[in-house]
Amino acid sequence: MQTLRRKDILGLEEMSAEEITLILDTARSMREIIQRKIKKVPTLRGRSMINLFYEPSTRTKASFELAQKYMSSDPISVGGSSSSLVKGETLKDTVRNLEMMNIDCVVMRHPVSGSAHYLARNVDISVINAGDGMHEHPTQGLLDMFTILDKKGRLEELKVVIVGDIRHSRVARSNIWGLQKMGAEVVVAGPPTLMPPDLEVFGVKYSPQIEDAIGDADVVMALRLQKERQEGGLFPTLREYAELYGLSPQRVAHAKDDVLIMHPGPMNRGVEISSEVADGPRSVILEQVTSGVAVRMAILYLLLGGTKEE
Amino acid sequence: MALTHKATVMDEKGIMQALRRIAHEIIECNKGTEDVVLVGIRKRGVPLAGRLQAYLNEIEGSSIPLGILDITLYRDDLTQRQDQPEVHTTDVPFDLNKKHVVVVDDVLYTGRTIRAALDALIDLGRPATIQLAVLVDRGHRELPIRADYVGKNVPTSRSERVDVNVKEIDGEDRVDILEEKQE
Repeated sequence: MQTLRRKDILGLEEMSAEEITLILDTARSMREIIQRKIKKVPTLRGRSMINLFYEPSTRTKASFELAQKYMSSDPISVGGSSSSLVKGETLKDTVRNLEMMNIDCVVMRHPVSGSAHYLARNVDISVINAGDGMHEHPTQGLLDMFTILDKKGRLEELKVVIVGDIRHSRVARSNIWGLQKMGAEVVVAGPPTLMPPDLEVFGVKYSPQIEDAIGDADVVMALRLQKERQEGGLFPTLREYAELYGLSPQRVAHAKDDVLIMHPGPMNRGVEISSEVADGPRSVILEQVTSGVAVRMAILYLLLGGTKEE
Repeated sequence: MALTHKATVMDEKGIMQALRRIAHEIIECNKGTEDVVLVGIRKRGVPLAGRLQAYLNEIEGSSIPLGILDITLYRDDLTQRQDQPEVHTTDVPFDLNKKHVVVVDDVLYTGRTIRAALDALIDLGRPATIQLAVLVDRGHRELPIRADYVGKNVPTSRSERVDVNVKEIDGEDRVDILEEKQE
């Protein structure tokens, strides 16, 4: 498979293993460019893109912008209180207006699940989902898989344990879909109140006790406890959460020597992960960030590098 | 459109002799192999550059660095193509600054691949010189580009195709001219 035959990247649920493989293979070539002194290729010269961020972001936004600039396209990022995103205009109107400026691609983060799909149906240009509510964050899932593949050499038959607030996590959903398509086994762990009510549709195993799950795990991924998405009462206190579910040195000591410790960021140090583990030898948390730029360059090339008229 | 075999213009021995001659010309032109590096263009420029490297090392007793260039991201026809070319990795694990870079490719035709390769190389550093070695020059240039070292000049028409086969990729060494079959 050489080409992505799709207009948008909205989620990993609807992507095939072949498409994911193509993106990961292309990302490997892109990583070489990031390591050069002159970090620029002319591939997307003259293409313009808008990054719409309806939620705060540092890493994802910077990563998309760098990827867009390394590919020689012209990105503009809008977001925060300085923009008219807070003036009450509908999403459709905002993007239709921007579309009239003849842009080629929209990257969007939005607090409402499904907003990226809605947008993609209503505009002709490519839409890349940079996180929609509790639904998906496909580029994060892809960069996590890229990091694992890079360190382990494969994804098939690896055991990946995702710990924490699965219920509110779009990162978890994208990883669960993507990793299983690529042949990995996914186990989720954490308090039952932070599990999605429809866990069985994802096809993953649930382990209430972290220790049971991580003993033979190849990868342990901690999720950020999303304080902004808690409706209250789902767990007693941050301290108790850290005590029972945090990745502490004692807990990680049960895992294999070559286990990879991952976290999508931003970390609540001392809550879902201790500083000792986050900065420890098995942590690949910073590698995940580099992978993010390479994966996003690959997606931009595959979506926008050729003609799409059929 | 079906393509039929018109002629074989180089065989295994012909390719070997051509590359050996090019190796000698590279040495003569650069007065040795000091600061000479080879860069093969994917795909068939890579094995050809590998063979040149072996010949040069054999003649000069030196050890010449060899890099691989993927020019996909530098193509000027990306927006015109339906079939998006696959991106492979560029691997030039040495400094190009002040080096004499010999770019190696199988066929020189319109010159557009070489234009892309020049841009890609200049993004990697500032060589002292960039030289071009090709196994076959078939003419029909669309850009002001010429080769410094040519294995064989093969006059062709635009409707013909030059098919270079190398052992490392295709299992045999041979250069064929194919032509469109007239119905």
